[in-house]
Amino acid sequence: MSQPGMLAAVCELIRRDILLAMRRRSDVMTTVLFFVMVASLFPLGIGPEPAVLRMIAPGVLWVGALLSCLLSLGRLFTADYADGVLEQMLLIPQPLSVLVIGKVTAHWLISGLPVVLLSPLLGLQFGLNAEALGVLTLSLLLGTPTLSFIGAIGAALTLGVRGSNVLIALLVLPLFIPVLIFGAGAVTSSASGIGAGAHLSLLGAGLFIALALSPWATAASLRIALE
Amino acid sequence: MQWGSVSEFMAMGGYGLYVWTSFGVTALCMLWEVLALWRRHAAAIAGTREPILDHGAGRR
Amino acid sequence: MMDRLHINWFKYSSPQAFYPLAGHLLPWFAAAATLLIGVGLYLGFFVAPTDFQQGQSYRIIFVHVPAAWMSMFLYVMMAMWAGFGLGLNARLSFMMAQAIAPTGALFTFIALVTGAMWGKPTWGAWWVWDARLTSELILLFLYGGVMLLRASIDDLRRADRASAVFALVGVVNVPIIYFSVRWWNTLHQGASVSMTAAPKMAATMLTAMLIMTLGFWLYSTAVTLGRMRCVILERERRSAWGVHQAHRDVLEVH
Repeated sequence: MSQPGMLAAVCELIRRDILLAMRRRSDVMTTVLFFVMVASLFPLGIGPEPAVLRMIAPGVLWVGALLSCLLSLGRLFTADYADGVLEQMLLIPQPLSVLVIGKVTAHWLISGLPVVLLSPLLGLQFGLNAEALGVLTLSLLLGTPTLSFIGAIGAALTLGVRGSNVLIALLVLPLFIPVLIFGAGAVTSSASGIGAGAHLSLLGAGLFIALALSPWATAASLRIALE
Repeated sequence: MQWGSVSEFMAMGGYGLYVWTSFGVTALCMLWEVLALWRRHAAAIAGTREPILDHGAGRR
Repeated sequence: MMDRLHINWFKYSSPQAFYPLAGHLLPWFAAAATLLIGVGLYLGFFVAPTDFQQGQSYRIIFVHVPAAWMSMFLYVMMAMWAGFGLGLNARLSFMMAQAIAPTGALFTFIALVTGAMWGKPTWGAWWVWDARLTSELILLFLYGGVMLLRASIDDLRRADRASAVFALVGVVNVPIIYFSVRWWNTLHQGASVSMTAAPKMAATMLTAMLIMTLGFWLYSTAVTLGRMRCVILERERRSAWGVHQAHRDVLEVH
């Protein structure tokens, strides 16, 4: 359980997950396409008036990011669970919570980062100005990893359970709400002149807390699921 | 007593609908819970006395 | 039992021992609850004066506030028993958490409905997105998650432990959620319309509210004890004790 040993194991895990994702690129594309489609649904439902769109943009794009993350959570552990790799992870000397950090990081790189990178484009569709786009991207950059970490707990709790896709959503959405509030609020308050500093700081703090605490809860949940 | 008559009491200064719906919903919920528990207890006893084939799901 | 005062509490930590204890305690809690709720209602309607600003509609607080307090208190209790279950690996603790959840969810629902009933005459809208009501709504979601997670898992031990983990994750998040919702609320409303601005309470109003809260707590305890008995019977239904107990119960009832 030496330091280089842990880091090497985590990097190997991330490398492996990304490799697998690249082989099944459809999974990544589904998430990305979903995000784009959800963002387009709102103007279709509400109307194309620019002022209205500019106002709802932060909330809509953040909810879209949330839902995309939810969709992709189902795949976080199921493949490894199905082919027995997950049980192996419990047996190797590296602590499970560290391995979880690796899994979640890979998950974010595959599902969360594309959302972050796409958000300025979608923000343009909603008529956001450059400054708002910047705050939006930064808020998503800080917030989407937090969503992945929190979501991992739900994915671990519902591993192998029937109807787990909807169940994950029910478990995890209430926990996402603070991230949503501070993320969308950052963009809104930068637009209204208050400045996004406080919101972004809280998002950063949230990421730090999620990183520190959630892998432990996820590991405990995985053990319960695999008993 | 601060109520001049029964009808004054029922009217609650014009807010009767809200006040009585609130207390009514509360009372109904609590009574329903007690009744549901009563039925659940009876079912649990019946289920224990005559074990039924439970299709492998297991009762919680 | 010559020395009744020296009760060995640990002997009640098995479901078989807890079952009759709960059966003995239940009627007392039920009676005390009925008494206190009766007294509280009397004080609330016949002793507490009319509010200067809100007229008679304020009387809804005599159910709204106790229900809201119980919804939060019961969630913490549920999380506490979940924690004991995980830490001590005690079946009875998990059963306690299981028994508390539905009552907590019910009080959350009551708090939301009565909150809406109070909001309409006071603020003109059936639903006000203020911090407390919105947090209460999210609490209902959390209760739902705990109960649905348990219902979705067939294996009893896994269901116990998974819903316990989720209850604990929820209880840690409740302050965070409440803080973020309050932040959201003040950000979006200049002059904050707050339902937390309770009317300046006359002493009689406060007394009635506290008595109702105590009555609701006694009710919750009685109902939880009753549900515990159901849960124990359901879980023990194939054991010799379970079959024996069920026969005894039938004899007692008739």
